[in-house]
Amino acid sequence: MRKLHFHPCGNFREGYEQELTIYETDFGRTAVFLSLVLLFALVPVISGPYVLYVINIIGIASIAAIGLNILVGYTGQISLGHGAFFGVGAYAGAIFATALHVPFWVAVPCAGLVTALIGMIFGIPSVRLKGLYLTIATLAGQFIIEYVLVHWETLTKGTMGIVLPKATLFGISLEGDRAFFYIIFLSLILMTYIAVNIMRTRYGRAFVAIRDNDQAAEGMGIPIFRYKLLAFAISSFYAGFAGAIWAYYMISITTEPFNLGLSVEYLAMVIIGGMGNIAGSIFGATFITVLNEILRWLTDVFMNTGILQGVELSIAPIRELAFGFTIVLFILFEPRGLAEVWRIIRSSFRLWPFSY
Amino acid sequence: MKSLRGRPSIFSTAKQEQKTADLEVARLSLSFGGVMALSEIDMSVHAGELFAVIGPNGAGKTSLLNCITGYYRPQSGKIFFNNEDITYLPPHELVRRGIGRTFQNIELFPGMTVLSNMLLARHIHCEYGFGFASLFTPSVRREEVAHRHILEELIDFLEMQPIRNQLVGSLPYGLRKRVELGRALALEPNILILDEPFAGMNLEEKEDMVRFLVELNEGWKQTMILVEHDMSIVMSISKRIMVLNFGEKLAEGTVDDIQDNTEVIKAYLGDESTL
Ligand SMILES: Nc1ncnc2c1ncn2[C@@H]1O[C@H](COP(=O)(O)OP(=O)(O)OP(=O)(O)O)[C@@H](O)[C@H]1O
Ligand SMILES: [Mg+2]
Repeated sequence: MRKLHFHPCGNFREGYEQELTIYETDFGRTAVFLSLVLLFALVPVISGPYVLYVINIIGIASIAAIGLNILVGYTGQISLGHGAFFGVGAYAGAIFATALHVPFWVAVPCAGLVTALIGMIFGIPSVRLKGLYLTIATLAGQFIIEYVLVHWETLTKGTMGIVLPKATLFGISLEGDRAFFYIIFLSLILMTYIAVNIMRTRYGRAFVAIRDNDQAAEGMGIPIFRYKLLAFAISSFYAGFAGAIWAYYMISITTEPFNLGLSVEYLAMVIIGGMGNIAGSIFGATFITVLNEILRWLTDVFMNTGILQGVELSIAPIRELAFGFTIVLFILFEPRGLAEVWRIIRSSFRLWPFSY
Repeated sequence: MKSLRGRPSIFSTAKQEQKTADLEVARLSLSFGGVMALSEIDMSVHAGELFAVIGPNGAGKTSLLNCITGYYRPQSGKIFFNNEDITYLPPHELVRRGIGRTFQNIELFPGMTVLSNMLLARHIHCEYGFGFASLFTPSVRREEVAHRHILEELIDFLEMQPIRNQLVGSLPYGLRKRVELGRALALEPNILILDEPFAGMNLEEKEDMVRFLVELNEGWKQTMILVEHDMSIVMSISKRIMVLNFGEKLAEGTVDDIQDNTEVIKAYLGDESTL
């Protein structure tokens, strides 16, 4: 049997292969495995419908945020169009399901592929544009996609929206929060695993090289433009995949949610969670989703109790304000995001209770 | 010269014999606005040579290397590598054809470790595709381990064992130059192009670097183009030398030819009549 490694105080590697592992110790691997078992066995049972709904939304947002992190955090191409790509995935999934009667398990990855293609098209400006200029080009993409979703009525039914059929998987119909919980989190695990693998092979290394120094990356034989497009494609695939699951989960979709605000939210998830950190994307998605719910709840409280009657309308922008404020705080005090906070906590417990 | 540390497998005799490296530059001209950085340069480098390019500051040495490696597009002239016209190919294509280089101002990734920097050079030698990579199949793992072996051999050769996991940004200048050489070697180039690899080094670091370059060229037949200001080094290790001055080719020949050339002495010391 393989020797187990549990001692982070003396991590003595005995071969190059050991340096390729995801978890440094078997303790980490076991901890993650156990928490996954707990997640799947306990959470759907003990959570009420609202909590489970929020958890599901976190799962979906995490998939999309991982995608955006690959583009923004690893490749250094800041995009303000991720919300629109999420919408493209939602609509692609809905159209596959209604117009083409494609089953759920085919529609979702196909929606991802369609979105990847469209993401690649909107990534073409990256051949010439860098930094802020590229960000503005993706912002234009956001508005173009929003416009097309609203106005291409033969395909998207415009403002009427689309009602999706029930999702079925292997003859079992997926209904309600619990069924979707399993679908969403199994997808999240798979997509996380794929993202981690991409990042530890030559593709991920090329992305990071392009982010850090594109001239040197080119000197390493990396075709920069092709790899930027690949990053756009992967990132949009994740957005589209998440969007399609979301569409099935919501049952009916309209064009409204996929606006610039959503793109900003995704960017906030990546920045707050930790740029260039896959796990950070999940932290960020959790943080922003929960923050969103708290703010929504606060707005409701204000409106219903009438403490501040007449100011409902001026309360609404508080959400954006709170987002902006948290992003600024993170950039100022912990630019590496929640992932770094988590690392610090973990390492201070590393040798607990015998730490130096 | 006998190697004590053993020859890295990427320089095995069999591998070196397969590496063809015939570079032909014909009437190459490049100008920036009114400045003629290069005018009608002819040059040829053959397999196994250590070819040096020297000249005063602003002579056009870096510009010439940038044309050969695809970073600059010359206005006229042609560059052939192994009988293929490579004049307008982009840098990443040239790397795949076996042209590896280091930069005068060091273009490493300061936020990465020495190993990660060198691992990037293995990009073109990775054979696995996207699907396999996304599942990290055993074949991908095997390949990654094989690349790691190659890098460790190079790290041994360049005596960089203690710094392999350090961030490049934290290393002193002289060591960075060595890391950049290691990374260029990890590309397994047919022709290795070095732009001032000795700049900013102290004597000891220079001696180490000379040792590496001599072993590479004389021991393992690595073809090289070397741009360098330190005349004592250039004169002692290169086989052929080309002298540039204000973008023009002043002279070309063996070490003895160049040392006796009055034009060259003038270019370096100034016209004696004006003294
Ligand atoms: N990108 C550029 N834009 C404008 N002018 C340039 C550029 N690169 C080089 N030059 C000009 O071309 C001429 C040759 O420069 P080059 O850098 O090739 O010289 P060099 O021989 O490498 O000098 P050094 O020994 O100082 O490195 C100089 O006059 C320089 O100002
Ligand atoms: Mg120069």
